[in-house]
Amino acid sequence: MTEQTDIIQSLTTLLGEDALSIESHQGEITATVEPSAWHRVAKTLRDDSGCQYEQMVDLCGVDYLGYGQDEWEDDEATFEGYSRAVEGSSGPGRFDWSERVEAGTEERFAVVIHLLSVTYNRRLRVRTLLKGDQLPVVATLIDVWAAADWYEREAFDLYGILFNGHPDLRRILTDYGFVGHPFRKDFPLIGNVEVIYDEEKQRVVYQPVTIEPRVLVPKVVRNDSRYLADEE
Amino acid sequence: MAEIRNYTMNFGPQHPAAHGVLRLVLEMDGEVVRHADPHIGLLHRGTEKLAESKPYNQSIAYMDRLDYVSMMCNEHAYVRSIEQLLGVEAPIRAQYIRTMFDEITRILNHLMWLGTHALDLGAMTLFLYAFREREQLMDCYEAVSGARLHATYYRPGGVYRDLPDTMPQFRESKWTKGKGLKQANEWRSGSLLDFIEAFAQDFPTRVAEYETLLTDNRIWKQRTVGIGEVSPERALQLGFTGPMLRGSGLAWDLRKKQPYAAYADLDFDIPVGTNGDCYDRYLVRMEELTQSNRIIQQCVTWLRSNPGPVTVDNHKVVPPSRQSMKEGMENLIHHFKLFTEGYIVPEGEAYAAVEAPKGEFGAYIVSDGSNKPFRLHLRAPGFAHLSAMNEMVKGHMLADVVAVIGTQDIVFGEIDR
Repeated sequence: MTEQTDIIQSLTTLLGEDALSIESHQGEITATVEPSAWHRVAKTLRDDSGCQYEQMVDLCGVDYLGYGQDEWEDDEATFEGYSRAVEGSSGPGRFDWSERVEAGTEERFAVVIHLLSVTYNRRLRVRTLLKGDQLPVVATLIDVWAAADWYEREAFDLYGILFNGHPDLRRILTDYGFVGHPFRKDFPLIGNVEVIYDEEKQRVVYQPVTIEPRVLVPKVVRNDSRYLADEE
Repeated sequence: MAEIRNYTMNFGPQHPAAHGVLRLVLEMDGEVVRHADPHIGLLHRGTEKLAESKPYNQSIAYMDRLDYVSMMCNEHAYVRSIEQLLGVEAPIRAQYIRTMFDEITRILNHLMWLGTHALDLGAMTLFLYAFREREQLMDCYEAVSGARLHATYYRPGGVYRDLPDTMPQFRESKWTKGKGLKQANEWRSGSLLDFIEAFAQDFPTRVAEYETLLTDNRIWKQRTVGIGEVSPERALQLGFTGPMLRGSGLAWDLRKKQPYAAYADLDFDIPVGTNGDCYDRYLVRMEELTQSNRIIQQCVTWLRSNPGPVTVDNHKVVPPSRQSMKEGMENLIHHFKLFTEGYIVPEGEAYAAVEAPKGEFGAYIVSDGSNKPFRLHLRAPGFAHLSAMNEMVKGHMLADVVAVIGTQDIVFGEIDR
């Protein structure tokens, strides 16, 4: 544990004002940095002799819209059945497009990278939070770690996060000509369009989805005694 | 003189050497590749988004379908990530079972790789040999979980059930009868552990068979030596892990460096290459077959002499036994809650990685304190490897593209997720 505190201490001095917070949780260290310092921090973490994070293991986007919101309030006893009780309430992205949660979160998107130092056998998670009311843009890390190339394309494709300076920011996982960013929380799980074969036109066409969105198990957040007892 | 221009060629997605649904757009200068642009996503199923709409345990089955030739290793990463968030640790016997099945999975994966890689480069026999042994190991999967491929065997807090005492046997049929039937059932008279032990004793001679066919084979060396060379520095930059990194000469293996499950107590070696070409990566993987076999033998010995529970005794995470559920009210409630809404995972985030046969397979979970993951990201080794395709094939001949696809051990289930 003391080693962890040492690492946090040295990271705090190294990153200075660029780091908004550096915390340790269950043995993993997470540093949250300013979006404007993203590229600078990455370079420092790679090149500093005390860090040497030579490898970027992973990069991914996160959409914090609807974080901590449940789909079923059950503080009081309910007379409705379990899954039926969810009808009508709107969890983000789970129901119709018209029922979606409005994006109002200040810091909606995050870009998270997982770094690995082969020299010191250490891992580090670095995160930056991007404002949701404007186009999420952050600097590319492709010149720091070459592995960032496809991971950034994936984050762009799935979340619409733009990476400034990326030489080839194309969609990667979705179909050619796909509209929207499917992993955003306000993108419905069943999608917006489906593909069918049109007998008359003799070709495959897109049409709005015809299936009904449904929930088998509602999302619940519980703070009752079963879960609180373990904390002591 | 006529003007000579580069020629753009389309490779796949329907091509036997594309190992699934890889589409490559190749810019050719004669028979030399100038630029390769892989188009992926043809098998994208949105596993991570689907997991966001389900209780934690229901997504374990999706993990099998990611890298569908190393099923249990994927489950292991996901389950370990949940355990980390819950603060639960599986009992020691479950850890050994997981270790043993991780290594069985590694052999399954490497045999698949060996068979297809060799087939792509013109060696037909090996494919048949490799599948012969794979069949035996998939029977182990079946004996323990009921499914040959998609096991869903690992659970947060342990494994689904203890190892069975009997092994299913072949019945007489038109094809297996008399002496053949007796031979086929020779290993299967005892428990699963007896079967695995018999397999592990026999396996080194099988590996020797594969090696006779390839290691000193002139054609094999011509096709692999000096192809797709990657320096260790570049391999780190490109996010390579597993045999792709070790083939370049870096002795980095999570089983040794950041031990999980029971690896810290076991004795095994990490093979490394020197040149970082396809041939070295072939040698590394071949040695890993032998080392995995060693680990399996040690696990069998340990598991024989150490009976015990295979799941934690915490019914907030693991359902109570069927028997006790019918007898106790509290157990019934636990059972009902677990199978209707699942368990609540405390708020926080965790990244857990395992040394999957292809490299580092990691699961990053963000939990907002509900019964479903808020965000699940799966770090697939193949994704990073394939992104280096252009760099590895540039300047090589068209036929070498197939060698590089083979050496990267590409499976689209994990790349497209």
